[in-house]
Formats: sequence, structure tokens, C-alpha cells
Amino acid sequence: MQFFFEVLIGGLLAGVMYSLVALGFVLIYKASGVFNFAQGAMVFFAALTFVGLQEKTGLPFWVVIALTLAVMVLLGVLIERIVLRPLVNQPQIALFMATIGLAFFIEGLAQLIWGTEVRRLDLGLQDEPIGVLMDRFGILVSKFDLTAALVAGLLVAVLAVFFNKTRIGRALRAVADDHQAALAVGIPLKQIWAIVWSVAGFVALVAGLLWGARNGVQVSLTFVALKALPVLILGGFESILGAIVGGLLIGAGEKLAEIYLPPLASDFLLRHFDVSVNLAGIEGWFAYMLALVFLLIRPEGLFGEKHIDRV
Amino acid sequence: MLYRESGQFKTTYAADQQLFPIRQDRYAFFALLAVSFVAIPLLASDYWLTAILIPFLVFALATLGLNILTGYAGQLSLGTAAFMAVGAVAAYNFQLRIPGIPILLSFVLGGLTASLVGALFGLPSLRIKGFYLAVATLAAQFFIPWLLVKISWFSNNSASGVITAQPIEILGYAFDSPMRKYLLVLAIVALMALAAKNMARSSIGRAWMAVRDMDVAAEVIGIRITHTKLVAFAVSSFYCGMAGALYAFAYLGSVEPDGFNLDLSFRILFMVIIGGVGSILGSFLGAAFITLLPILLEVLLTSGAAALNLNLQPGVTSMAQLVVFGGLIIFFLIVEPRGLARLWQILKEKLRLWPFPH
Repeated sequence: MQFFFEVLIGGLLAGVMYSLVALGFVLIYKASGVFNFAQGAMVFFAALTFVGLQEKTGLPFWVVIALTLAVMVLLGVLIERIVLRPLVNQPQIALFMATIGLAFFIEGLAQLIWGTEVRRLDLGLQDEPIGVLMDRFGILVSKFDLTAALVAGLLVAVLAVFFNKTRIGRALRAVADDHQAALAVGIPLKQIWAIVWSVAGFVALVAGLLWGARNGVQVSLTFVALKALPVLILGGFESILGAIVGGLLIGAGEKLAEIYLPPLASDFLLRHFDVSVNLAGIEGWFAYMLALVFLLIRPEGLFGEKHIDRV
Repeated sequence: MLYRESGQFKTTYAADQQLFPIRQDRYAFFALLAVSFVAIPLLASDYWLTAILIPFLVFALATLGLNILTGYAGQLSLGTAAFMAVGAVAAYNFQLRIPGIPILLSFVLGGLTASLVGALFGLPSLRIKGFYLAVATLAAQFFIPWLLVKISWFSNNSASGVITAQPIEILGYAFDSPMRKYLLVLAIVALMALAAKNMARSSIGRAWMAVRDMDVAAEVIGIRITHTKLVAFAVSSFYCGMAGALYAFAYLGSVEPDGFNLDLSFRILFMVIIGGVGSILGSFLGAAFITLLPILLEVLLTSGAAALNLNLQPGVTSMAQLVVFGGLIIFFLIVEPRGLARLWQILKEKLRLWPFPH
């Protein structure tokens, strides 16, 4: 039972990290209806830029963060200006494919600038179990994961306040609801989009720092970010809350499945069909299959808005 | 002056509906066939055949498959490579486990297996579309190679699921040299392209396009959406499966399921976008472009670096390739969403009037 909780908590904490990436998707989708496939590449780009700047300049931590943030904002504005603006009013699928191209571009660019080798990213957080929980309950919970979860929680709170209480947030929600109506009441659409992309860049930076510190800064970060897609399917594309809940579900489900399913399935196959197979590694696809099944049952996700087609 | 259809009158429906109604097009097409079936095998070196022409044809076939699904039926798929893997492994297994089965039949059965799997993963498309569907096909992309590696029966218990394709022999004639393999692949691809072209302009192709343009309206005018979408998935996956079988048997010889990864799927999607969404010719143009581009880049970068006396870092070429691919995709989507095929069409329009302005 202890082991079960350990896996569960580990999964939930990993799920928080997925949510962090998914948040970036939701932000952009809500505000501009663009499904930004490049969010993963942006996470990678942010982490790599941070590490690269740190190595090259040797400036203190916060200065480098500020510099990276500036780069991400610039990137966001450029994307809006160069890629999205000419594609206004194109079908969603064209925009989606454009962001796939964008993902390749950013990925290649980041590595052209900073090199291809795997980097370490040190945030000064130890990846060690928390003493109290270890002694009292015998459950291993990594300090790093817990901090990451706290950061993610904080970020969500800040974003929620930003969306609900500020002027820009209100404008963002207006744009999300109806582009034309927003334009009609005088909300500057282009400016809003630039802001959204910058905020998405900021979220990518936070996600990139945390993921990079966990797994090292390398191209596989973009694959981690792909996991945000099933998270979104589960949670619904329009919902920040959905991104969080979906992330937790996927993270926990994936880890539990990885531990408990393969032995069960192998055992079953051995007993009934007399074949012995090693089924480890279902983590790679479990999230996607879960999303696939979910799509068949409830396409709009847990918290998404029901989509109605009109001719 | 040279290219115009004045004076070519159609007196029968058959003449009006033929694939190339303009005589010059027809001649050009036959010339192209002659070149690719006769001149290229005679002139091209083994390097050209094995490293460029065979992969080009195989990718063109896979691109055709994806173009049927994405370009004609409007269903985005990111799982092309997985369906190719199914085709390759299935063809291998049919060849391995049924003694004396003709290899072409294995290919076709491999393709049919792929189309079954494709239709299965296409089921969600009945309820969802757009990028939702892209995520669903991602499930296929991650699940299928994993399954093929893990269940070693598929690869006859070889390590990490590598399959080594059997030699190709048809009616006692061995297709072992690059030239023979090229001819076999070319014949299959040509036939399947012809079939695709005809499907696209028959009732099923029209149904695909109607569903693509507006599915609700298509349903209202009596098109069976379920049937149409699933057929699109099945046909598309059949093409991809055949391409996978040829990829394994005629191009690489031995493949591992992990080779059919997401990158390959994206590559094929790029061929569709750059070549021309919803165009048979575009599939070939896109495949040629994306196959040749890395080679061109490599040459340009190495010669450029040599000229400037720069020391080229390892990996720069492949990174530059990513940047160029990504940039081109965005460029084409913004400037010419219908790709190279559309440029070709514009060129032909211009040519009809040339040398006069109107």
C-alpha cells in the first residue's frame, strides 16, 4: 500500500509538470483558437536559451531568467507577427500544420544557436526524499517534485487572477469568446495576441526550467511536451482547470499503469495463451491511448465546452 | 505557342473524361513514363537508384496515402509511419509463415492488414476532427511500434523487433539488383497512382472532398459520413502499408519498428503540404522535394563552409535541415497553401498564353 501511494504521488507530481506544459497550449487556444503544436519546442527553446546564456555570460540566476524571458517574449511577438497574422481566417487545420512547421523551426534554431549536446540545468533544488514524510509514513516524495508542483500551483493561481481580475485578462476572455465582437468594442486584437504568446512563452520558460532540471536539457523535452496533448484531450481545450486535472490524471494513471498493468497482462497471456512477453514501457503510449478512448466517449473533454456544428 | 488545346475537339464522352484531355499533356506524360521506365534504368548509377530514386518512389506512395486521407478527405493523421510499419511487418510475416506465397500477394496482404488497422484507428474520426484526430492518430504512432517491438512473434523473435526482408522473387525472376528493384517499385507506384487518380475523380473521391469541405452539408446531401471516412482511412492506410512493405523489401532490406517513428510521419506530412494538399501530382513533387532537399543542403553547407574556411560542427546539417523544413512549411502555408502542384498549374496557365500577355 505504501508503494502504491508512492507511485501515486510520484505520478501526480509528474502530472503537475504535464499540466504546466498544457497550460501554455490552453492559453493560446483560448485566446486565438490556434492549437499551438510548437509549445513543446518553445519549452525546449526556453530551457536551452537559459542554460546557454548561463554558460556564456555567467550572470546571476535572476538576471539570466529575465534575459530568457525577454527572449521568449520576443519570440512570441515574432511568431504572432510573422506566422499567425498572415494566416488569419485560414482553416484551423492549416494553422495547426503551420505550428508543426514552427515546432521544427524552433527546435532546429535552438540547437543551431546553442549546440546539440545534452546540458545539465541546475536550479539548486535537490532531488531527494523529504525527511518528515519518509520517517513518519515511509513514503518517498522528492523535494524537487514537490517544489515543482508548488511552482505550478502558484503559476496557475497567478494566471487565474490575471485572467479574471485584470483589464488585459478581461480583454483576453473577450477575444476568446468572439473575435469580431471583441474587435467591435475596441479591443486591439493584435496586441492581445502578442500578449498571449508572450505569456505562453513565460509558461514555457517555467516548464522548461523545471523539466530541464529534472531530465537534462535535450531534444527529448519536446516529446515530454507532446504528452500535454492527451492531457488537453482529457481536460478539455478551453479550460485551465481542465489542464490541471487532466495533467494529474494522466500523470498518475501513466505511472500506476506502468507499474501494475504489464505484470498483470503478461501473467494473463502466459496463463491463457502460453506466450511469455515483457510488456514494460507502456508509459510511452498509455496517455495517448487513454486520450483515444476518452475521445470516443466524451470528445469535448472533462471541462471543455461542447462543440456544436451549424451549417 | 507550343502548349495550347485549340483545335483539339472532343467528340465522345470518353475523350472528354480521359485523364489528360490535352494532347500535349498526354504526350508529356508518356514521355515521362518512357524516361522513368527505360532511360533511367539504363542511365542511372546504382547510387542514384538505391539512395534517391527508390526512396523517392516509396515516399511518394506513402505521401499519396496521406494525401488521400488529409488532402482529399480532410482528416489529419500523424500516424502514417505506424501504418507503414504495419504494412512492412505484415508483409514480412505473410512471406515467412505461409510457404510458397507470391511476394506481391504478401505486399497486398500487408497493405490490407495496414488498412484494417488504419480503419480501426480511424474510428474516432467519426466523432472528432481536426487536431483532436491528430492526437488520436498519435496514439497509433506511439502504440504500434511499441507493440511490434514487444511482441517478438511479429519479428520472428529477433532482437529489438528487427525484420530482415526476404529476397524478392516473382515467377522465378529475382529482383535483386538496384535496377530491378527500382523497376518493380516504379511499376507498383505507377499503378497505384493511377488508381488513386481515378478514385479521386470518381464518386468516392467526390464524397471525400465533400466531407472535407463541410461534413454536415455532405451528410445533408446524402453522403454516408461514416462509410466515407472509414473508407478514406482504409484506402490511405493501404497505400501507406504498401509503401511500408516496399520500404522494407526494396529500399532498406532490414528495418526495425522504431525506425517508423514520429519524425517519419512528419516528414510525410511535410511532403503532402509542400507538394500540394489534395493533389496526386503534388504527392510526387513533395516527395521529390523533401527527398532531395537534405542532399542539396548538405552539399550547399559543406561547400559553403569550405569556401569560408569554416569548421562545420557535426549535427549542423541536420539542425539546418529542421530549420529549413519548418521555415518552408510556414512559407508554403502562408504563400501557397496548395503547394508545388499549384505552382505547376499556374505555370501551365501561363504557358497556354505564352508568348502573348492575354
